[in-house]
Parts: sequence; structure tokens; C-alpha cells
Amino acid sequence: MVGIITYGAYIPRYRIKIEEITRVWGGNAADVTGGLGVFEKSVPDLDEDAATIAVEAARNALARRSVNPADIGAVYVGSESHPYAVKPTACTVGEAIGATPVMTAADYEFACKAGTAGIQTCMGLVKSNMVRYGLAIGSDVAQGAPSDALEYTAAAGGAAFLIGNDNPIAVIHHTCSYTTDTPDFWRREGQDYPRHGGRFTGDPGYFKHVEGASRLLLEQVKKTAKDYTYAVFHQPNAKFPQKVAKTLGFTQEQIAPGLVVPHLGNTYSGASMVGLAATLDIAKPGDRIFVCSFGSGAGSDAFDIEVTDAIASPAFKRDAAPGVRKLLENPIYLDYARYAKHKGKIVMQE
Amino acid sequence: MRDVAVIGIGCTVFGEKWGSSFRELFVEAGALAIEDAQLSGEKIDAMYVGNMSAGRFVEQEHIGALIADYAGLATRHIPSTRVEAACASGGLAFRQAVIAVASGMEDIVVAAGVEKMTDVEPGTSTDTLTGAADREWEGFMGATFPGLYAMIAQDYMHKYPLTREQLAQVSVKNHFNGARNPIAQFQQEITLNTVLKSTMVADPLRLFDCSPVTDGAAAVIVAPLDRAKEFTDTPVKVLATAQASDSIALHDRRDISTLDASVAAGQRAFKMAKLTHKDINMVEVHDCFSIAEICAIEDLGFCKKGEAGKITADGETALNGRIPVNTSGGLKSCGHPVGATGIKQVYEIVQQLRGEAGKRQIDGATVGMTHNVGGTGATVAVHILGRA
Repeated sequence: MVGIITYGAYIPRYRIKIEEITRVWGGNAADVTGGLGVFEKSVPDLDEDAATIAVEAARNALARRSVNPADIGAVYVGSESHPYAVKPTACTVGEAIGATPVMTAADYEFACKAGTAGIQTCMGLVKSNMVRYGLAIGSDVAQGAPSDALEYTAAAGGAAFLIGNDNPIAVIHHTCSYTTDTPDFWRREGQDYPRHGGRFTGDPGYFKHVEGASRLLLEQVKKTAKDYTYAVFHQPNAKFPQKVAKTLGFTQEQIAPGLVVPHLGNTYSGASMVGLAATLDIAKPGDRIFVCSFGSGAGSDAFDIEVTDAIASPAFKRDAAPGVRKLLENPIYLDYARYAKHKGKIVMQE
Repeated sequence: MRDVAVIGIGCTVFGEKWGSSFRELFVEAGALAIEDAQLSGEKIDAMYVGNMSAGRFVEQEHIGALIADYAGLATRHIPSTRVEAACASGGLAFRQAVIAVASGMEDIVVAAGVEKMTDVEPGTSTDTLTGAADREWEGFMGATFPGLYAMIAQDYMHKYPLTREQLAQVSVKNHFNGARNPIAQFQQEITLNTVLKSTMVADPLRLFDCSPVTDGAAAVIVAPLDRAKEFTDTPVKVLATAQASDSIALHDRRDISTLDASVAAGQRAFKMAKLTHKDINMVEVHDCFSIAEICAIEDLGFCKKGEAGKITADGETALNGRIPVNTSGGLKSCGHPVGATGIKQVYEIVQQLRGEAGKRQIDGATVGMTHNVGGTGATVAVHILGRA
């Protein structure tokens, strides 16, 4: 059965607190944290970008399981912040982990859900025996314009999932997608920062598509929220996933392990995948996990996942790489000036 | 002058209508009004549509022709006119329709109002609305409408013993009414704490002191009173139509916290209707901000200056009070699609006079009033309507 062979996440060590951002731009930090449920967000180091984060996540995945990199026949990296407009991040990752040259690779973009689209692509390649393993990564150094509402949450991080059918630690029973042409959030070629439709990103964007894909999956697999041990939703803030979980009948306990946004922020393409990684960090054989991503533009991918005995077997060394909660420990807090420098927001002389 | 009656009314649900375009909104409201009057479109002689700023909100001008066209009347070539007076556009459109019928020029006239405000980002909508103030002396200097009404509130609270809690009670009361109105944008009750703990917008006005940005449309149809029975068993007579203007900039007013145009329009309306305050069963006032309702109650003469906060806190303006104010939920709870608000006020009063206001119904209502303000009070339209 096709499923997850191994996984890994990566989060830069730096953070900035919401109150430091409101100190600079004005506004009430308590109102912002109360409205978003986010207290701080991760910030990349000076030399970190979506490619280095993708490599770190991939290496953490491979540290947990003995896999011959040459057997990885496909690498897909989903991101909104690929370092190059033309030149694939996926090639850099493939080279870094030793999967080149006999492999296919491509960069994906579907706002915050390009990484889960990569998982679906890898599932297809594995199921059709075109590759033994496929590596799907969601990675971002998320963009938000200074003083825009996005700046409170746009974070850095990513997660990598190796897909195959060779004794997976979690079987992916089913996946489905729900996609429309909805202009809720966008960034044109050459623009530094995305723009968004404010409140329009809510009901017609996030909620319509996450509910659409989630209900479709539950209907197709004939399950209800009660049949799952855990659930993970795309988490642009803490409020949206909690609201949609409640609407769909999931409890706070089901979503708690995967809700990492309050102290991480929104890692865009990484968001739902880091949430899934955090859930797998504590999952036991037999646990059933519901996952639904969301990407503006807009669409959602939903997954029905069941954890297998392999996760607890000697073949899988979960502790060989840091879990998501571990990655969130011991942050180094930045003031806004150093944050601006790290994020390249200060325009330098050529 | 001929007597004029309202023979049909229609209104969309107000809110963030992302699924409806500008033209769909007014077509929906118009169709509801025509259906209500059991009219066929070919009987319509003229149209007036209140709209503040479709040019900036949806980049569409030439609204008069557009509305006639999408009402299916392009081939009949009826006169169709856009009326603009900022947030009083709807009230003035209604007045123009009434005057057209009263004069004998036209018989069956549609008065509509429409605004689609949520297609632009908040900064654009705020700036567009600032066009209702004095752009050179207020807008360019950074004033916004919450800021200008906050100045009215500051001046008012300096002069009169209005408490923060009394001011909040305006919004609490309007949400209570709006929770009973199926077309309202916010159909939920709130508490004093909801208002007092909401985000500060412009001191002393907090988020829940402010009416929202809204999409919506409303339409009413007027006809000569002597023909009204052809269309409806429950015509509502227009007892008075009044309009007044004042300096466009707030700082040029005689008194910052009295809207002299409200005073003038109110007095003219009472004189025209030969009625006094005691004859009014309920009034829809222009509560774009909570302080605006406080001023309106006083400026129209329903209590002495400085007492509106107290009578609000005492429940005199509630549904079961001495003079129910904003039974619809007002601009605060019902929403404020600026061009449509003046027509929605007439829609509410007609529903009350017909006894069709459901859980908001004022028992035995025979006479009602509407009060529609443009800007900070540079234009005011007041109408008095009564059971025919």
C-alpha cells in the first residue's frame, strides 16, 4: 500500500514576537494575538531560504530510515518562495541528498498547498510503479509585506515526506482535492510581496475549500470525524483550523498535536505538512490521521492516513531526527531591525 | 401637489455579498419591489437610484442607464437618474421619486439604492467614504469618517453628561433589533461589554460603535395615492418629504455636536405633515456611528439636547419604549451599503406600517419617520410615512 516511508521537518531557530512587530508598526499586540491565536513566528537565518530548508527537512527524513537515495526517482518541492524563478529548487535538494541524476524533479507552486500536491504526484508515480520512492517537500520563507496583516504570521519552515509502498510507517488510504479559480491571495511575477482580499480569504477561500475537500474525502471513505485519532488542517493562523475543525466535528484534542502555528507562524507550503509531521512525532500504530491542506487561488487536498506497525519497528528511527516540538525549543528572539535584515527587507546598495 | 403612496418594497439581505455583482444586487431588490407591488415592468414611468460611489467601489459609472437596462427597460427608454449625496443618496432618490409623482409628471416611479463596497480593500473603502467629507480641508489632512464622528463625540461628551456605557447602549439596542431582522448583516445580539472591549477605532469610538462596510440594495415603488389601490391593499402614504444642507466641513458648523441640517429637515417634515413628535410611532435614524444616533434623536426633537444617552439607557428608544429608534437594527446591525441605506429605512417603516415587521413589529404603528444623513451632516433627508 502506498504511504509515508519516512518524514522530516525543519524550522529555523530565530523568532520574532507579535508585540515586537506591533511595537514598530503600531496596533495592539493583544488584539492581534487574540484575533489570530499566534504569538510569535519563525524567521530564517541570513543564509536560509526555501531551498536550504527543503534540504534540511529532506535530510531529517532520511536520517530516520535507511533508504538508498538512488532509489528516490522523483523530487517535488512546493513553495511560494523558490529562490529562483527559473532553476528548480528540487534539483538542489536532489543533489544534496544524493538522489541525482536518475530522477525526475520539478518545483510546484499552489500557494500554501503545493507540498501536498507533491505528495499526490508521488503517490501516483509509486502506484504506477514509475518510481520506487518519491520525495514531496513543502518549504517556505513566507512573504508578507511590512505592516501588512500577513507580517504577523509569515514564517519559515518546511517538511519532507518520502512516499513509497515498501513497508510505510503510515498508509495513505485515500486522497482527493477540491479546486476552484478564486482570487483570494496572489503575487504577480516580479512582485516582492503577495496581496490578498482581506476578509475574502476566509469564507470564499479557506473555509469553502477546506470544508469542500474534507467533506468529499469523508464521504468517499465513508468515515466521520469520530473515526480519526488526529486531524491536521492548513494553519494560516490558529483560528481558522480550529473553526473548520469544529464545523467538521473534530475536537480540540484531535487537532492539538498538529496545531503548531501559535509559536511557529504560517510556513505557507510547509504549514499543513509541518502539522502532519508534528502529529506523526507522537503517533502510534493504528492511529488514523485526517489531513487537509489549503492553497489560495484556491484549493485543498485531503488525505486519509493510517499509522502502521512500521512506525514502532527498528526499521524506523523516529528519534534520529528532531521532532517538530523539539525544533520549536530554544528559540533566539530577534528585534525588528535584525528581523528586517534576516528577511532581506532592507534595501542594500548594489 | 398630488398625494403619493408607496405601493411596493424590496430589499436584498445586507452583508458581504461576494457572490453577487453590483447589478445583480439592484436587480434582486427591484424584482422584489415589483413583485410586491404586483406590477409589470412596462408600467414603470421613471427611476431614481441612489448610489454614492460605484465609480470607485466597482469602477462603474452611468448607474441610471445601467439600472434601467438591467431592469429590462432599455427598449422603453424611460428616464432613469442617478442621485448622489454620499450616504444620503438613497433618501434623496426617494425624495426625487416622490416629487416626480407629486408634481404629476410621472405616475409609477421606482426609487432604489445600491452600493457594493466589499470588492475593494479597507483602505480604499475608507478613502472612498472620505469623499463624503470636505476632501481639501478634511480628507487631505488625514481625517476619516470614524475620526470626524469621534470629534463630534468628544465635543458632545465635553458639553453633555453622556457616559461611555450610554453610548454603547445604542449599539446593544440596535443589535437586539437587527437580530430580529432577516435582512440584517449582523443578526446577533451583543452586550455592553462587546462594545466596551472592542478595538479602539477613534477615541471614544470603538469597533462596535461603527457601522460596517456592506453590500446591498433596496427599492421602493411610489405612485399617486389615488391609484395605489390598483396595486396594493396596504398602501403607505408619504406624509412629508424634507431635505436640508449645511457646510460640508465639520469645522465650519455653528455647533459641532448638533447637525443643523437634521434640525432643519426635521422641522420642515413635521410642518409639511402637520404632525408633532408625539404622532411618530417609530423612527429610523442614521446611526453610522453610535454618537450619530444620539445626535439624531435630539436634533429631530424626540428629547432635549443632552438627554439622548439617558433615554437610550432607560430603554425609551427600544422596541417597547416610548419612541422606538432603528427597529431595523439601524446602520450598525443591518449594515450600511451607503447608497441603499436611505431606501432601506423607507423599506423598514413601510413594513412596520403594514404590520409585516415580524418580531420587530411595533403594535398599532400608524406613522413612522426616516432620517438619512450624508457626510457629517451636510445633507439630511427626512420623510414621514403613514398608513393610508
